[in-house]
Amino acid sequence: MKILSKTLNKINIFLENNPKITIYFPQFLIILVLTIIISYFSLNASTNMAARGIETGFAFLKNKASFDIQFSLIEFDSNDSYARAYLVGLLNTLLVSGIGIFFATVIGFFVGIIRLSTNILASKVAEAYIEIFRNIPLLLQIFFWYFAVLRLLPSSENSLILFDFVFANIKGIYVPRFVWTNFNFLTYGLVVSILAIYIFRFYSKKKQDLTGVQVPTFTTSLIIFVVINLLFIIIGNVGLSLTYPVLETNRGIHNYSGGVSVIPELIALAFSLSLYTSTFIAECVRAGILGIDKGQKEAAASIGLSKSQILKLIVIPQALRIIIPPVTNQYLNLTKNSSLAAAIAYPDIVLVFAGTALMQTGKAIEIVSITMLTYLTLSISISLFMNWYNKKNSLTER
Amino acid sequence: MNLVNWTRKNLFSNWHDTLLTFIILFLFYISIPPLLSWMFFDATFFGTSKKDCSGTGACWVFIQVWLKRFTYGMYPNDQIWRIDLAFIIFFFVIGAYFFVNTKIKKILFIFLTIIFPFLAIFLFHGGLFGLEEVETRVWGGLFLTLFISVFSIIFCFPIGVLLAMGRRSKLPVIRYFSIGFIELWRGVPLITVLFMAAVMFPVFLPSGTNLDKLVRVIIAITLFESAYIAEVIRGGLQAIPKGQYDAANSLGMGYWKSHILIILPQALKIVIPGVANTFIALFKDTPLILVVGLMELLGMVNMAKTNPAWLGLATEGYVFAAIVYFIFCFAMSRYSLRLEKQLKTSN
Amino acid sequence: MQSIIELKNVNKWFGEFQVLKDINLQVSQKEKIVICGPSGSGKSTLIRCINRLEEHQKGDIIVDGITLDANTKNIEKIRSEVGMVFQQFNLFPHLTILDNCTLAPIWVKKKTKKEAEEIATKYLEKVQIIDQAKKFPGQLSGGQQQRAAIARALCMEPNIMLFDEPTSALDPEMIKEVLDVMVDLANGGMTMCVVTHEMGFAKEVADRVIFMDEGKIVEEKPTQQFFNNPENERTKLFLSQILN
Repeated sequence: MKILSKTLNKINIFLENNPKITIYFPQFLIILVLTIIISYFSLNASTNMAARGIETGFAFLKNKASFDIQFSLIEFDSNDSYARAYLVGLLNTLLVSGIGIFFATVIGFFVGIIRLSTNILASKVAEAYIEIFRNIPLLLQIFFWYFAVLRLLPSSENSLILFDFVFANIKGIYVPRFVWTNFNFLTYGLVVSILAIYIFRFYSKKKQDLTGVQVPTFTTSLIIFVVINLLFIIIGNVGLSLTYPVLETNRGIHNYSGGVSVIPELIALAFSLSLYTSTFIAECVRAGILGIDKGQKEAAASIGLSKSQILKLIVIPQALRIIIPPVTNQYLNLTKNSSLAAAIAYPDIVLVFAGTALMQTGKAIEIVSITMLTYLTLSISISLFMNWYNKKNSLTER
Repeated sequence: MNLVNWTRKNLFSNWHDTLLTFIILFLFYISIPPLLSWMFFDATFFGTSKKDCSGTGACWVFIQVWLKRFTYGMYPNDQIWRIDLAFIIFFFVIGAYFFVNTKIKKILFIFLTIIFPFLAIFLFHGGLFGLEEVETRVWGGLFLTLFISVFSIIFCFPIGVLLAMGRRSKLPVIRYFSIGFIELWRGVPLITVLFMAAVMFPVFLPSGTNLDKLVRVIIAITLFESAYIAEVIRGGLQAIPKGQYDAANSLGMGYWKSHILIILPQALKIVIPGVANTFIALFKDTPLILVVGLMELLGMVNMAKTNPAWLGLATEGYVFAAIVYFIFCFAMSRYSLRLEKQLKTSN
Repeated sequence: MQSIIELKNVNKWFGEFQVLKDINLQVSQKEKIVICGPSGSGKSTLIRCINRLEEHQKGDIIVDGITLDANTKNIEKIRSEVGMVFQQFNLFPHLTILDNCTLAPIWVKKKTKKEAEEIATKYLEKVQIIDQAKKFPGQLSGGQQQRAAIARALCMEPNIMLFDEPTSALDPEMIKEVLDVMVDLANGGMTMCVVTHEMGFAKEVADRVIFMDEGKIVEEKPTQQFFNNPENERTKLFLSQILN
């Protein structure tokens, strides 16, 4: 023991006399250890690959995939390449994330505001909703909706029919497809009305600046939107007809065709992702609203602002600043969580690429790296955006 | 009178509160009675096979018959006492922790974090001192859920501390390595990390070595969660006032001494609620190991529902699993909330 | 002299706890009163009742001829005529100092932006922080923030100004700059109710000093008399503690 402490002392004295060593030595050590680990792993990998006769590299991406994907936003068949299969998976991931983000935001804001309601019953129900859906594993929720609820739907020939145009059965949910004539005019109408609203807002702001007159912006915007679009629809003779899904029987197999079909995997996944993430968003919203100092509302009231003006001019702008960063983080979590798709065979990037394509090609390193890099790119770009947003909006402090 | 006032104030204070109250009561009215009759009044609780379920409600016989599998996986029946024993010791020590003085607390803490893990692994796995070996591929159920989450958190804690310190280090190589490591794992979903453990680890190891699947999964989860733990601990380190660092330096303490004696004890106390929240997240993520073929609670339910003799009972299985997970997660989140409040008031 | 603020038998409870007990008070036009007392004596609550940030449960409060009750229209009218300055400044952190000042003139008094900015400039010059107009509150010192808050209240061109411990949250070296602004304002003929512990300020500008304890007005006297021969024991004790 004595010798040990003596040597330690000596080392300490030596280090104190040579401060540069304490700076460079640990860094050198880390680099050394990392290099050793990486070269050890690569050495093993290359021998293993050679032994199994697997080539490394990304050339396989051009090869024919020769598998089918059940659900795709772009054309895909088994003659297409692995690269295109990757794209199909990526688009499906983005699709389910987009749907999930939309509904999670709507539900989350709604529940978060109800949670703060003065109505105790409503606030407790919102709290129960939050506690239940955030404390049950997401995968379990996905399984529940997919295997326990959607599987209870009847078979195609006995479809559940809602309002005469929604057909739900075990193979999915079918809704009519919109068939537009002169659709262009509707697009023009939309563009023109949005432009008009923008111009109107600009001038009403200017008018208020110059004369003090306040124009009810929301109502007027709504009127502008409706009127301009109606005009375009009438002038352009825009027509809308619906193609209803029709039950077809082919060699005893019943199936709907003609409408838009949404596969049950997508429904279960989007539904669970929305419910699960909405609980976290609700908490962010609640924290954001509670995070505004009581003094702010009092000060606003003391200079004579009305309740709705306080909400519009003081509470919402400040609450959004608090809410947006954590909610963006939840969007990122939702996108990462959409990878649970693989467990119910929704063809997202993990299932299509890290699953099927990997199984066929055996290119573990390349495929897993591409998949991870894809998510990493998404994450990093979102956090860069968030840093930019925070910097732009952070209240300048002394 | 008081009740009337309370109701008026909290449920009917204005027209939209009143409307909201009635909508909610109506929703209760249409949803709760059928739910209760499915779960309790029309349900079958006891029996030995699906045929015993004659009622229109839930078939809890499914859970009753499969309970052992849901809890212990495919662990041999005659060896289950080993799991029970380990958990009894575990909960006994934790229970005792609240009743003893500080000195014994320290001993218990060291026992729990250093000796107990080895004891538990020995009990679960066996193969020594005449205890029969039980391969990890038959481990499963709630037992596996708890095993993986507890062991992963124990392993990722020290790594997280080092990463957090590394990220705040003045030495660029160490800082950038820590940042890269943390952001890598935080940027990808756990499922891809599990895929990596399943298909990439074997490629990186010398041919012939066969790393146990459970070990690979625990390594993967540890890597993944240590990044999250590191960020939680970094938050704690940042919360320590600069004066504490200055004070430690003025006493002539070096980097390690000041961190171990002054900074970390304070920082770790602050981050306990954050660590608890990370643990809850980890606990909720364990069912994912399904994708590499390990069956914890949800995996076992998923398997049981496909058993030909028990088809069509998915709902019961998932509801049961949901209740179990909910109890664990809810209890832990309430506990961490209480700790958070205690910390706030003590400062 | 006509009284502009009148409180008759005002009572207020927070739950079971009575914060204001039978308060009677009249403030005349252009009068300056200082309200002091130990913490928890109800003095802040009292002036917060005057612009109805707190609701009283019993008695009458009449401000500028308008009785305060559950009628919302009156409250906003009162509030735009009664300026208030808070202990914690309560500037809006997401708006510049100028925007803080023009907000209410634009949205409540329906002024044009130009008019509002002219008014704001006038008062920011008066409190001597016109050079900070484009900055955000977080970039200013406490004293500057409190002066900006005073300017914000003045921009509504109120008849009455209420001050709720305006210097309590300030560092000692900043108290003077805020008090100077307040003295200046008092000399300009503003009706002022000030809750403060700054007895120097009270001696300099107050017409009357009111001492409160446990929700009651214990002593109410013209300034000279209040400091020279206080009657109540509690007043004496308080003064001896605060003046030393």
